[in-house]
Amino acid sequence: MTVRERIRQNISAAFYRHGLLCASYPVPIILFTSASILTCCYPLLKLPLPGTGPVEFTTGVRDYSTPSHESQGDLSERPDWYRGPPVAYIQQVLVKAAVSPWDNSLVPVDVFRSPLGRVFSVLEEIRNHVYTDRSLEALCLQVTDLLPGLRRMQAVLPEHGCLLVSPGNYWQNRRDLFDADPDLLKTVHQHEPKGLHTSATLKDLLFGVPGKQTGVNLYSKKRVVTYTITIALSSYDARFVASLRARLKQLHPSANCTLREDHMVHVHFKEEIGIAELIPLVTTYIILFAYIYFSTRKIDMVKSKWGLALAAVVTVLSSLLMSVGLCTLFGLTPTLNGGEIFPYLVVVIGLENVLVLTKSVVSTPVDLEVKLRIAQGLSNESWSIMKNMATELCIILIGYFTFVPAIQEFCLFAVVGLVSDFFLQMFFFTTVLSIDIRRMELADLNRRLPAEAGMPPPKPGPLRPRETPPPPRPSPHTITLQAPAFRNLRLPKRLRVVYFLARTRLAQRIIMVGTVIWIGILVYTDPAGLRTFLAAQVSEQSPLGEAGLPPHLGVAPVFPGGDPTSTLSGLPAPEPTPLPENQSQGHRAAHPEVAPVSSPQITWGPEDEELWRRLSFRHWPSLFSYYNITLAKRYISILPVIPVTLHLSPQEAIDTRHPQDTHHAPPPIPIPGGGWTGISRETCFAGAHARMVAALGLFAGVVLVLLLFCLYRVLCPRNYGQNGVPHGRRRRGDLPCDEYGYSPPISEISPLLLRGHSMDIECLASDGMLLASCCLVGHIRVWDAQTGDCLTVIPNNGGCWEHRDGWDHISACEAESLLGADFREPGGGAVGGQDVDIFPIRRRTTPARPALFGDQPDLTPLIDTNFGLSPPSQALSSSGFDFGGLVEKAYQEHEPSPTLAFPPSPPASQQRRRSLGDQPVLPPELPPQNNGDWDSSVWAMELRGNLIATGRSSGKLELWDAVEGSLRCSNEDGVSGITALAFLNNRIVAARLNGSLDFFTVEITKPLGLLQYRGRGSLPPSPCYSSEDVISCQLTRSVQCAHQKPITVLKAAAGRVVTGSQDHTVRVYRLEDSCCLFTLQGHSGGITAIYIDQTMVLASGGQDGTICVWDVLTGSRVSHVYGHRGDVTSLVCTTSCIISSGLDDLICIWDRSTGIKLYSIQQEVGCGASLGVISESLLVTGGQGCVSFWDLNYGDLLQTVYLGQSSEGQSVRQLLVLDNAAIVCDFGSELSLVYVPSVLEKLD
Amino acid sequence: MYSGALMRRGPYISMITNRTMNLLIRAAMLFMVGVFLALVLNLLQVQRNVTLFPPDVLSSVFSSAWWVPPCCGTAAALIGLLYPCMDRRLGEPHKLKREWSNVMRCVAVFVGINHASAKVDFANNVQLSLTLAALSVGLWWTFDRSRSGFGLGVVIAILATLATQLLVYNGVFQYTSPDFLYIRSWLPCIFFAGVITVGNIGRQLALYEYKVNQEKTHQD
Repeated sequence: MTVRERIRQNISAAFYRHGLLCASYPVPIILFTSASILTCCYPLLKLPLPGTGPVEFTTGVRDYSTPSHESQGDLSERPDWYRGPPVAYIQQVLVKAAVSPWDNSLVPVDVFRSPLGRVFSVLEEIRNHVYTDRSLEALCLQVTDLLPGLRRMQAVLPEHGCLLVSPGNYWQNRRDLFDADPDLLKTVHQHEPKGLHTSATLKDLLFGVPGKQTGVNLYSKKRVVTYTITIALSSYDARFVASLRARLKQLHPSANCTLREDHMVHVHFKEEIGIAELIPLVTTYIILFAYIYFSTRKIDMVKSKWGLALAAVVTVLSSLLMSVGLCTLFGLTPTLNGGEIFPYLVVVIGLENVLVLTKSVVSTPVDLEVKLRIAQGLSNESWSIMKNMATELCIILIGYFTFVPAIQEFCLFAVVGLVSDFFLQMFFFTTVLSIDIRRMELADLNRRLPAEAGMPPPKPGPLRPRETPPPPRPSPHTITLQAPAFRNLRLPKRLRVVYFLARTRLAQRIIMVGTVIWIGILVYTDPAGLRTFLAAQVSEQSPLGEAGLPPHLGVAPVFPGGDPTSTLSGLPAPEPTPLPENQSQGHRAAHPEVAPVSSPQITWGPEDEELWRRLSFRHWPSLFSYYNITLAKRYISILPVIPVTLHLSPQEAIDTRHPQDTHHAPPPIPIPGGGWTGISRETCFAGAHARMVAALGLFAGVVLVLLLFCLYRVLCPRNYGQNGVPHGRRRRGDLPCDEYGYSPPISEISPLLLRGHSMDIECLASDGMLLASCCLVGHIRVWDAQTGDCLTVIPNNGGCWEHRDGWDHISACEAESLLGADFREPGGGAVGGQDVDIFPIRRRTTPARPALFGDQPDLTPLIDTNFGLSPPSQALSSSGFDFGGLVEKAYQEHEPSPTLAFPPSPPASQQRRRSLGDQPVLPPELPPQNNGDWDSSVWAMELRGNLIATGRSSGKLELWDAVEGSLRCSNEDGVSGITALAFLNNRIVAARLNGSLDFFTVEITKPLGLLQYRGRGSLPPSPCYSSEDVISCQLTRSVQCAHQKPITVLKAAAGRVVTGSQDHTVRVYRLEDSCCLFTLQGHSGGITAIYIDQTMVLASGGQDGTICVWDVLTGSRVSHVYGHRGDVTSLVCTTSCIISSGLDDLICIWDRSTGIKLYSIQQEVGCGASLGVISESLLVTGGQGCVSFWDLNYGDLLQTVYLGQSSEGQSVRQLLVLDNAAIVCDFGSELSLVYVPSVLEKLD
Repeated sequence: MYSGALMRRGPYISMITNRTMNLLIRAAMLFMVGVFLALVLNLLQVQRNVTLFPPDVLSSVFSSAWWVPPCCGTAAALIGLLYPCMDRRLGEPHKLKREWSNVMRCVAVFVGINHASAKVDFANNVQLSLTLAALSVGLWWTFDRSRSGFGLGVVIAILATLATQLLVYNGVFQYTSPDFLYIRSWLPCIFFAGVITVGNIGRQLALYEYKVNQEKTHQD
């Protein structure tokens, strides 16, 4: 065994144990896994949330100096982007203007016309401001021209010179245009985009305050107009700014303004994702989803497909999170854009392993216990999983050595992600899978439970099935239709749709989705302004400087709940004071006293300090982007705002009126209700707030419920606590229901039991119509293969076997029986212990010996009687040295086998076939020591037409008439026992123990006209013989020493006879002239199985576990595969594949042309090695008291047919497939005839 | 189940089994894939050189050198048909994990290679070339592993690079990037990876025809 093999075995064993562990303790393991996921994700909390929101940093104005480019280590609180000069310094002049006192004669347009008009004078002031020969022109950010795509903005935004924007830009900063504008609102709104927009609009840009706060509309209750003049400075001159501030303050004093002026805020913008950048990203995500879709689509045959798919995705995602978390923990901060590399990471990590695991586990036999299925599935795929992982790690390592930092980082994440993904697969996904599969079985069990309510609960199955007696079955002859096959075969489409609907609860889900969508629409069109609320929240992503601000309402900045410094416009109007300087506390009670006219007041609160925060966070990037200046990964510095208060007299307002203003806008404000409406708006806002919170809460609740529901569906079996047997092994006879919850009607196909033999069946032969069987005592019975009637009984002619006293016989027969004995319980008998001393026999620990050699001398009856009569110790005591010698002699004659112990009970010799070549065997030169009186045990039997050919241990070949039971002829040319027979086309080939091969010719002296053919459609290959014929059998040729060692297999077909021997060779003879055509060499062990059929396909399997396919015409080896870990016990071919079974309880299906292993079926331990192919796609295997039907195309278990009630220890060793879709198998002393037409119909 | 479904062979199936029709469908699908990939990847490459997009960048992408995506589509169709054809001729069918999920993975890795070449800053062009070459060969090893695929990929990559260079020298086409060497080091590997990817898609598409035909012969 190579190192690779050993590693492979170790890995497989480790995975097996791990699978058992996971399936045994699902809940603790899931808890453990979740805990470790959370632990590994914990460092993620320290990371900033991903997003493109700007980051802020505040410094004082006084000692400000432009940060240098070099990083300064001592200033650790400085963010690392705060280096170098900013793109621009933003100086905003916040203008609040109002016409006061408000006059009833004024029209609504007056609210903003004259205040807006004042912008031009302020602009003029700013432009002309000069401080010690420094003017604005020198300091401001000079822009060249707009982007070519922005033609429509050309008229509005400054195209060259200073970047200075104000509402005046709407009128090209010209007072005359403003005065001539008949409809200001139309001018302002004509640039607004239609529909939903997230970016900054032109109105926002020019006004510099959120649109609703400007007060530029006809229905403003406040009658205060707010706007800003935004100046972008390219360099910072503190003195100039200070002088500008002082000048403006002096000109337009703000009486109660207490704005802080000592902080400047630096805003760093992350990379902006534009639509062009989004397209590749979206594409990768689409590809990712397609990948996930195509991957998860392959998950099949589980209880909850979507649950598992979700688990798979969760596995991958949390492994990614874990990798990021772990990397952060070890000081590696991710610098890559997470959103961009994420799809590639998922693709690299992949869902493959998860799917492979699922597939492997699902394809294990359904009959097994859940843990064993999981364990087997895991161990089957362990090698490929490890190999893949190693390969991927290697590739990633190669990538790591490209020494490109970005790729290195990616590789590092990928490596950690791969490892954590492996961890999660092993612990999380496997456990979820086991839960899922258990759920499936529980559902099956549940269906059966009512009928068996009175029965004691089955005890939980122990770990290894071979030690457990199979549980009782509800009925002896049940055919269990397994779920997948059933699903494929039975269910009509209509029902499938219904069950699909029922299973997926489609209606429920649609309603749920509908609810969510409805809530979404509600939120979107919410009159209460939830959306604006959210938008305001989003636009205020600022980690700093928020603490002092009251909670914001984007719509109503002046109504922060409970803020004593806030003001209301709802003060009693008749108060003559035009400027109420102090805010009264009690105004909030607001008294419904009618305030016919409310005078607007201009107030300054802390919320005005950083009004730009209320703007969209794309405000500045979009402003600069119009001039092709990107703010991505750069920062701007926002200087403290300069407050300007403008009070205009009503007369001034009237003077600036446009002639159209008066008649085109009738005063829409219900004047007497002015104050009241203000108050009602306040309450309205409060109510809106409450509604918003409620809606948010509702939304969050719905999301939470959905999440919990998903979790529940994934993690919990649907019927926890409903039945008392949560972990019981599903019992064999239990009827499974398919995944649609539909249980098939029980179709009982009773196997026909053919009873009559008193001992175990030894040989079995059939030509399709007749069935001949020979039991251990030598009785031959002939049955009708159609009806199962016993036609003939040929009693043993060898005389009585019962009383043989000579211990040499005993020992001989012991030896003989030992050859084929079953080693189910090693060391069961004392003689066995003795034998161990005598023979240097390799001990096989495989508990069940698959049958290999059907033509074996059999003396079991003798043993039985002997054991019944005298204790084995007697025999032992009487056996001395001679015993050993004799046994050895017999052993040499009849091919040794690894005998260790005696079967303790009568059905012990379940497998009389010898397993081959465990021990070097001497060349069979020694003449057989058989006495004449026990020569007549039948070792081989063949049936053709009416004739039964039997080969006896004495070397005698007999031909019996099958119908009449008479001996037609016999040939005693050979003396060595006939171990195998082939009967083909009037020729009989007999292989003898000494390695010689005899060719006999059967001659019939009868006109051929009387040949009769029995049977309906299928013609037996050789004609039948009537009882009148004289039949003679002559030895035509005897090939002495055909092989160097005993012949183990003899097969004949298509005019060829193929023999396989212990000497590692296969020989091909021509049947007609018994000429040896080829000696095929290629095996490194004795030949144990040969298959040849009419199409001259020859396959051979050996003890070395290899399978060779040969070309019979040329004698060349077509393919050579390593198949099994032990002997190949049986081989069958179909037109497209080769099926082999081995000592390792594995059935492998190979592609015949390429020799590639398609898949393998792990059988239960101790299953027989008998195989049969009924049709191209239907395989039948024998097992413990049952036969199983498999779909060859998919490897699905279709049906298991139990043969009898009392068959616990019996395994099917021989299995014959008859032409009429029936199979015959031996079953202890009975034969079992199973018709499977239904299976055939469905498969074909 | 499978054969049962095919017994009731609908018009769709019969259309697919029609050989020329099948060929046309496959070619059309491959063409679309090629056009789509060309557009997206072009966008990725444009991104590398332009810091900020004017809003009409999309129209500019679509307008400049409009014939490039159709050319890529045609090339994709040709290559995608050529691969299964070659497999059939050589008689060594592509055995490695023929599933759509695998193909998707391949496409994702291809886009990822492009992404890396567009987004990652390399020290020099040699490093870029080597990295991309390693990634491309890794792509081939992971998703193809057939010698014929490798050979065809290399040949087509060389031819395509030559053709591009000719076009550039004749002034028909020009790179967006002024850095000529950068493009040259980048181009063959991307071509190779693209050929492998498209070949993978083509093989997967051809698998349908193969399957259906197999069933057909089986039934006959």
